[in-house]
Amino acid sequence: MTAPTTKPPAKLKAGMLAWLRGVGGLIGFALLLEIVPRIGLVSPNYLPPFSVIMVALAKELMTANFWRAFGDTMQAWALGLVISIVAGAVIGIVIGGSNLLRTMTHSTIEFLRPIPSVALIPLAVLLFGTQLESTLILVVYASFWQVLIQVLYGVQDVDPVARETARSYGLGTWAQIRYVIWPTMLPYLMTGVRLAAAVALILAITSEIAIDTEGLGREISQTESGGAVTIMYAYVIVTGIIGVVVNVGARALERRVLSWHPSIRLDSAEVAR
Amino acid sequence: MNRASTPMLEVKGLRKVYEGASRTVEAIRDVSFSVAQGELVCIVGPSGAGKTTLLKCIAGLLAPTAGSVVLEGHAVTGPPPAMAVVFQEYGRSLFPWMTVHDNVTLPLKRKKMSAERREELVRDALAAVDLRNVESAYPWQLSGGMQQRVAIARAVAYEPHVLLMDEPFAAVDAQTRADLEDLIRVLWRKLGVTVLFVTHDIDESVYLGQRVLIMSHAPTVIMEDVTIDLPGERTQLETRSLPRFGELRKHIYSQIQIAKQGRKPAGT
Ligand SMILES: Nc1ncnc2c1ncn2[C@@H]1O[C@H](COP(=O)(O)OP(=O)(O)OP(=O)(O)O)[C@@H](O)[C@H]1O
Ligand SMILES: [Mg+2]
Repeated sequence: MTAPTTKPPAKLKAGMLAWLRGVGGLIGFALLLEIVPRIGLVSPNYLPPFSVIMVALAKELMTANFWRAFGDTMQAWALGLVISIVAGAVIGIVIGGSNLLRTMTHSTIEFLRPIPSVALIPLAVLLFGTQLESTLILVVYASFWQVLIQVLYGVQDVDPVARETARSYGLGTWAQIRYVIWPTMLPYLMTGVRLAAAVALILAITSEIAIDTEGLGREISQTESGGAVTIMYAYVIVTGIIGVVVNVGARALERRVLSWHPSIRLDSAEVAR
Repeated sequence: MNRASTPMLEVKGLRKVYEGASRTVEAIRDVSFSVAQGELVCIVGPSGAGKTTLLKCIAGLLAPTAGSVVLEGHAVTGPPPAMAVVFQEYGRSLFPWMTVHDNVTLPLKRKKMSAERREELVRDALAAVDLRNVESAYPWQLSGGMQQRVAIARAVAYEPHVLLMDEPFAAVDAQTRADLEDLIRVLWRKLGVTVLFVTHDIDESVYLGQRVLIMSHAPTVIMEDVTIDLPGERTQLETRSLPRFGELRKHIYSQIQIAKQGRKPAGT
């Protein structure tokens, strides 16, 4: 690459560079997927070349079936995520605000949290069969903890001076939650949301594969058992793309909401260097 | 009730013991004093004397172990609406997620008043501390001195009868500090507010106050109540070079030295 004639701002340049590197990595990976089956390292029957998968994907994108599955997955993901965020934030603020509740719930939370969501598959099937609710159980169970734990940390992080300032100006419980506790907790909540968004997607796909609820995951398992390997890969790639978009979206949201926060302030200064 | 004869603020036999799980600390043993309406009183004492503890008890943020605080004839049991506190840690006392304007406005939201009146108070308070055109800035975009001005503006906008300040200028540079001291004198005279100003800086207490209360080492009592008989019109250069200024600061200095050695005034 030759040096550009007009020098862009350092921040922009660094951001562009990182972005270019990321894209370069992706292109390299696609090339690898193209070459490996072509030179016979892996049978094309199990792993078709990348270009073949992309052609299959383009065809899938034209079908109503694809968009129905896509919509189902995104619906389960979004619903589960919203439930987890609201429940995690509310329960976190309530528990975190009280010493008694915090110590009472601590061991229970530490017991429940490591239980993998997939361990609940039999229970979900028992309760709801292959309905949306089954997926929701798994999604919510996995992502709720991500949010709750972060919120609990966040509520603990309220600065005593800020709290005393609020009290001295007569702010009541509600005003303190709204103007002091909530903003303090927000960076933690945003981290929780970002983690939960990724986990929710994983669990939505997992339950569609394992329970056979409607969605992209089911398309993956059905195309696989039907021998349509190429289309299966097309769906796998779609789930990957959704994951990337979700992550980028969550980070963008974080930046918007937390523009005042030192980590974001620092970040932009760092990029400029 | 005769308004002039009731003190604005009365601290009676105040005692504060911190009861910890592992240790108990008697921060304040027995403190009594009163402040008349419109007075500017400074409190000096060595580090750890319990100045912050005393201020928090007065502000209704901490419950005293014994004794009472009476503001305008009413016992203080929680933060009273007629009081505002300026904390030493301005960086933590201002909310970084709010603009300067919102920081100053927030305490006014619970006071019943029209939106216009509120905006007027905020504008006037920011003008009074010489801050203009920073309303939409965030506190962390301002210098330390400016941040402390915002904190003072927030207190002023609240229209308190008593303004409590806990070492507000301990963390700013000398020049800014001198400017802020003058600002306090100006605000005090203009608003007619009663000011209780805590500091560990003897010069600052003499320069600012009409009276200086000297606190002993913890467990704390008041060692002396010194009247500052300097002219009311004070300027950094002239007032500080008056012979009387030197005498007062010397006197207070020696009292604090005695306090540090742990001696108490006779009779306690
Ligand atoms: N929350 C607390 N729990 C237990 N002890 C405390 C607490 N706060 C203060 N103390 C103790 O009370 C005493 C007085 O503390 P305080 O902060 O009031 O002093 P200070 O005069 O404000 O000191 P400085 O000039 O350093 O600010 C100290 O011995 C301190 O250790
Ligand atoms: Mg202190």
